[in-house]
Amino acid sequence: MTTISMTVNGKAVTGNVEPRTLLVQFLRENLRLTGTHVGCDTSQCGACVVHVDGAAVKSCTMLAVSCDGSNVTTIEGLANGAELHPMQAAFREHHGLQCGFCTPGMIMSAVDMVNRLGPDLDEKTIREELEGNICRCTGYHNIVKAVEAGAQAMGATGQRVAAE
Amino acid sequence: MASTGIGAPVRRKEDFRFITGKGQYTDDINRPGQTYAAFVRSPHAHAAIKRIDASEALASPGVLAVLTGADLEADKIGGLICGWMIHNKDGSPMKAGAHPALAVGKVRYVGDHVAVVIAETQAQARDAAEKVAVDYEPLPAVVDMNEALTGKTVIHDVAPDNRVYDWHLGDKAATDAAFAKAKHVTRLDLVNNRLAPNPMEPRAAIGDYDAGNDAFTLYTTSQNPHVARLVLSAFIGIAPEHKLRVIAPDVGGGFGSKIFIYAEETVCVWAAKRVGRPVKWTSDRTEAFLADAHGRDHLTHAELALDERGKILGLRVHTKANLGAYLSTFSSSVPTYLYAPLLSGQYDIPAIYCEVEGVYTTTAPVDAYRGAGRPEATFVVERLVEVAARELGQDPAAFRKKNFIRKFPHQTPVIMAYDTGDYTASLEKALEMADVKGFAKRRRESARNGKLRGLGYSAYIEACGIAPSQAVGSLGAGVGLWESAEVRVNPVGTVEVLTGSHSHGQGHETTFAQLVSDRLGIPIDQVAIVHGDTDKVQFGMGTYGSRSGAVGMSAISKALDKVIAKGKKVAAYAMEASEGDIEFKDGRFGVSGTDKSLGFGEVALQAYIAHKFSGQELEPGLKEGAFYDPTNFTFPSGVHICEVEIDPDTGVTTIEKWTAVDDFGHVINPMIVEGQVHGGIAQGVGQALLEGVRYDASGQLVTASYMDYCMPRAKDLPSFQVGTTVTPCPSNPLGIKGCGEAGAIAAPPAVINAITDALGHEDIAMPATPQAVWQAVQRRLPAIAAE
Ligand code: FES
Ligand code: FES
Repeated sequence: MTTISMTVNGKAVTGNVEPRTLLVQFLRENLRLTGTHVGCDTSQCGACVVHVDGAAVKSCTMLAVSCDGSNVTTIEGLANGAELHPMQAAFREHHGLQCGFCTPGMIMSAVDMVNRLGPDLDEKTIREELEGNICRCTGYHNIVKAVEAGAQAMGATGQRVAAE
Repeated sequence: MASTGIGAPVRRKEDFRFITGKGQYTDDINRPGQTYAAFVRSPHAHAAIKRIDASEALASPGVLAVLTGADLEADKIGGLICGWMIHNKDGSPMKAGAHPALAVGKVRYVGDHVAVVIAETQAQARDAAEKVAVDYEPLPAVVDMNEALTGKTVIHDVAPDNRVYDWHLGDKAATDAAFAKAKHVTRLDLVNNRLAPNPMEPRAAIGDYDAGNDAFTLYTTSQNPHVARLVLSAFIGIAPEHKLRVIAPDVGGGFGSKIFIYAEETVCVWAAKRVGRPVKWTSDRTEAFLADAHGRDHLTHAELALDERGKILGLRVHTKANLGAYLSTFSSSVPTYLYAPLLSGQYDIPAIYCEVEGVYTTTAPVDAYRGAGRPEATFVVERLVEVAARELGQDPAAFRKKNFIRKFPHQTPVIMAYDTGDYTASLEKALEMADVKGFAKRRRESARNGKLRGLGYSAYIEACGIAPSQAVGSLGAGVGLWESAEVRVNPVGTVEVLTGSHSHGQGHETTFAQLVSDRLGIPIDQVAIVHGDTDKVQFGMGTYGSRSGAVGMSAISKALDKVIAKGKKVAAYAMEASEGDIEFKDGRFGVSGTDKSLGFGEVALQAYIAHKFSGQELEPGLKEGAFYDPTNFTFPSGVHICEVEIDPDTGVTTIEKWTAVDDFGHVINPMIVEGQVHGGIAQGVGQALLEGVRYDASGQLVTASYMDYCMPRAKDLPSFQVGTTVTPCPSNPLGIKGCGEAGAIAAPPAVINAITDALGHEDIAMPATPQAVWQAVQRRLPAIAAE
């Protein structure tokens, strides 16, 4: 067992983990932050995307120990209290989710996309940038619309991820 | 009320918890003292089990138990069941082999369940599962259906030729006569590729045993928790129904694959009593590929008989359906009663005859996957019709129009009585929206850029609203397919609706609340929809087959009628008027001809305080239930048009334009309905272009991860143009037909018809991957050279 410490959604946390523990397991099992999901075992689906030190990562593909000292934001840390992050609001407004399982990863990827590329995203860019996120329900049509609108809204408020 | 009532694109009530990471999926739940299960799975497609030695596993850290099929037998736990009896042509019953939850004596596919290890942590359970030593004696694998039917290798002793059934539907003599007088016959051999359903949430289960009350709770990823409880109680024998609670919390997509009662949840709930602690299992994606029921997998020869003008005279179909190594819960019905009755499509076909052989192979079980039988039927009909039009040199749209059914009701030769529809209206609207007039020009432009452009149609029909219980009972179903609802009005006038339907992405918490809001005239946020818990909802058949609108909401509508009727009685006492003078409108009970009225909430309070009437006159309270059994199937239909461009150098197919015009009858929430259409099309396009489960000759699954099985991603798809036409369904009170499977049914033939139009020949099978398309382009090239 190794002791690790990090900041998750603005709070300092400490835990004892086996070296093989994945970041997603640490978040889900140790911290009971179950909004981050696991949809595959080959780093393909993106259900597990969180931000580590401001960049999107697949938390199923990172060891918890390698995040020691990092600043992690999960879907639970995106909203500012009851006030939704513009990307979350856009997913609801544009019906960008059905079963909701891929949604936390989609939203975290979408926010990262805007952080990297700015708020003016066209359909082609969004579709290509979503390469690492699989949704089985929506056919992506409304996800693309939601990301486009969420990006615009982020641009309008000059917003990056709250805790970063 | 218009903004939250029927027909309004209300934003979903359930979304807040999902977009903030507060959903409660099965794997998000943890029980005190919980242990973890890991399954020992067969590495062989087919083998005899000589010996299982668990000693090393049992000695491993954290291991509490290693259980096998012998332990299940010792506890008298029965095998998994198939709930639909199919009869052979000669009237004899199908041959169903035993399906133990943990193998007994033999394994029959890679991933088959051999033993379970229960340990303190998931990692310990998985580590120890690798230490269970199983002595196998390998037997030959049989992956190919034609090879299986030779009977050289027998998978189940009860079926020596591996033929589960040899079934037929329709009038053979009349169909043969139609072919005898045909001027033209179109013939096709079709492969309907095997698919892995792949809801993004893998299956999971937690079994919990309360020794004090001798009662079990199972948390599981189910589309139909009551059916799971019924099967686990009455057939498998875990516990009687009143001692078994099944909870299906938030479920991350199902598409059919979470209808079935599988080995894993059976074992978790049983093992919880064995080890005296909760037992949790969460599938990883590899296990999901190995052991979730697959979909489709048909080999079909089909023939269409035509007269000299291109009128269809008859249809003859022979299908071999791969059912895998065991019969999954509803598997037997999918290639029979959910398939052949749809073979008339939207067309007036005087004679149809269909034969289906169900075949055992040493592969994972195959069962319902989004559309279940209806996509397979539509693929047969729409490929045949398209090719027939091409062979006769007729425009495919005009050819369809000429053969459309125009008069309703219409009795097809294959069971179904279509109630209503306007197929020409959908086709014309789609032609317009897709700008088919401009296609020739677009094709020339593509050609100038060295690309091949094609246009493909699909005019589909499906049977939803499954189903009138008497009708399905007469066809072999083991259950009735009605739905239940209970409307509980609280003293302050807020409402809880308990429904037997289950939502796993469909948005019932919103659409069902819209119905209540519309009918009772109360704000939508005063309505809560309760589902997915057998302790709360008395009984229900669950969600599949696009049935929750047409059947589930009809049950709610019936219960609401009763609530309003009782409310009128209460209002009459409260306002000292006669019951016959009470009118209910816009959320108020009024006395006709006066200005006296009470709001819905005020009447609810009167019902509960019961001061204005005596118990002899009227029971206090306001709570009503209903069971709704449909009187007919519903028949959603529509036309999808796909336009593709192929790069002949790479074989890459790009979908340039997708037009869908669907007739779902009345629509409760158009935003949600469009979302269902989008998702269905994506799965259909996945089948046509990308997806395919492959086993090698030794029965090893080669497509067991997202690196080998190609899921549609955002860049594989276009945005869709979606339109509707409306012919209300006459057989249910809301006029709803159902929309959940339409896209998956319509899409595959639209894509393949477009690709073959671009290629100029019909020789391509699904999935039309870049490699397959590139090869098909090469097959066309000599013909071009010769032109
Ligand atoms: S769970 Fe991390 S990519 Fe699928
Ligand atoms: S909403 Fe279900 S997987 Fe995306």
